[in-house]
Amino acid sequence: MQPSSSSAQAPSRSNLAGWLYVSPLVLVLVPFFVAPILVVLAASFFATDGFGGLTPGFTLASYVEVLHSALTLKLYLATIKFTVLTWVFTLIIGFFVAYFLVFHVRNQLLAIGLFLLCTVPFWTSNIIRMISWIPLLGKEGLINQALLAMGVIHQPLEVLLFSDLAVVIAYVHQLTIFMIVPIFNSMARIDKKLIEAAIDAGASRFDIMRLIVVPMSKSGIALGTIFVVSIVMGDFFVVKVMSGGGSASVVSAFYEDVGVLQYPTAAASAVLLTLVLVAIVSLILRTVDIRQEITR
Amino acid sequence: MSAVLADMPETVAPATSKAIAPSKGGRPWTFYVLATLFGLYVIALYGPMFCIYILSFQDIRGGLVFPMKGHSLHWFVDLFTQVRTGDVKGSFDRSIKLAVIVTVITVVVSFLAGLGFRKRFRGDTFVFYMMIGSLVAPGLVLGLGTGLLFQALGLNASWYSSALGAQLSWTLPFGVLVMFAVMSRFDHVWEEAAYDLGASRWQSIRLVMIPVLAPGLVAVALFGFTLSYDEFARSLQTAGSLNTLPLEIWSMTLNVTSPSLYALGTVTTIVSFIVIGASLGSIVLIQKKRGSQAKG
Repeated sequence: MQPSSSSAQAPSRSNLAGWLYVSPLVLVLVPFFVAPILVVLAASFFATDGFGGLTPGFTLASYVEVLHSALTLKLYLATIKFTVLTWVFTLIIGFFVAYFLVFHVRNQLLAIGLFLLCTVPFWTSNIIRMISWIPLLGKEGLINQALLAMGVIHQPLEVLLFSDLAVVIAYVHQLTIFMIVPIFNSMARIDKKLIEAAIDAGASRFDIMRLIVVPMSKSGIALGTIFVVSIVMGDFFVVKVMSGGGSASVVSAFYEDVGVLQYPTAAASAVLLTLVLVAIVSLILRTVDIRQEITR
Repeated sequence: MSAVLADMPETVAPATSKAIAPSKGGRPWTFYVLATLFGLYVIALYGPMFCIYILSFQDIRGGLVFPMKGHSLHWFVDLFTQVRTGDVKGSFDRSIKLAVIVTVITVVVSFLAGLGFRKRFRGDTFVFYMMIGSLVAPGLVLGLGTGLLFQALGLNASWYSSALGAQLSWTLPFGVLVMFAVMSRFDHVWEEAAYDLGASRWQSIRLVMIPVLAPGLVAVALFGFTLSYDEFARSLQTAGSLNTLPLEIWSMTLNVTSPSLYALGTVTTIVSFIVIGASLGSIVLIQKKRGSQAKG
């Protein structure tokens, strides 16, 4: 993706060609991404009759309501808790799975095969993968049955399903792949000669990890983090189903608001969430140029 | 996973690169630790899914947890004949149709955008970040915005209009990202050779680029189909009165407590596996054919 020499000579022509090629993409994104965001932004300033009717106008009442509500803080804290926990576990598992595939599996074809084994569930339904934890974590689920049989516990554990623990398990189950793929990609680009040179120079296994592998996987970690954070923060159905209604996040509260037709409050909360998300993502983007990273 | 699929040509060839240092003789202890971690990850990834496939084959006494109560196809029959579980057949039909439409549009638009992004043009960064924004924006919020937009314009929301657009705002960024990975491995020499031999732009795309990039385009199609077929958050507020399959599953998770929910999970996963198998199979086939032609 280097700027080509021809674009310097005939900038207007190459500009036109570029825009022609991306115009179908833009024609989809403008009505179905830009416009909806603007609609939500507009709706957050509208007044409502409480029955789903919107009165065009400009009032900050919804923002005042959202920001003054004690619930908002609670929702954000819950969302941040889920995000951080999920991020830590997906990062640790994702990093070591990628490391294993790149540096420990000697047969490349086998490595690709194992990699695909990890990615196949990504192409299946998230909802189904989430509910598939019910027979395991439930009160009469396999884990409780096993623990009871072994005599570790005498009462079935109730915290396994419909709890914050279940929410985090479901997130990690669904999202680790978003860490594995970009980290695998950046690790696979590390020149093996570099590591051989480090060994020849007397570096220990830990030194190699600390001084070569981790720094050179940074872009993959950043990309994976963007995926995991934005998905967890934008999620509502995992929280709703896996917590059994016991926990809520910012977006699940948004979903409830929409259910009772409180559009302006929902929209105001969505706008605030989007701002938080944009802030986090741009902080991450400052550490890595993803466009260069992806297109290289 | 995109880049890895695109990487396959190099890796199908005899693997020359070896894993790092400990290539002489025994495995280091870290190998065994990480192999165990990897094994546990794969078990945790697939184990729960297989539990619900197994449980869906219970007979009429069946419940949501182990142990199995008999075995039969009762819940599959129940799924497609009972009215109380909703319109499974109709939603299944709609989801497949919608996924096919989304796949075709995603492949064409992503391919063109991939061509466009090869050269810098004025405003390319803007388009790129618009795409990233569309990828990370909370799906439910975008869906609501699209729904409100249609309402404001006096249009009826339906699965083939608003939901189609909402899903494209999700599949296109993935499609274009896969195209980036594919394009970065495309040797421009072939295209220039085609021009030197007097090919028109269209001829070089049709006769050189599409055949060379075929495996990558299959990968884009795989993403388009599976992401649309399983898409949920963006469709929720945009599908109108007729449900797609994930929406049907969602409403079942809230009110159905019989193994017919698992049966639906099994059916939809079989469809996903067929699509994944066909895609990966055809990629391997194209590569093999190419390999033998190169040798012959």
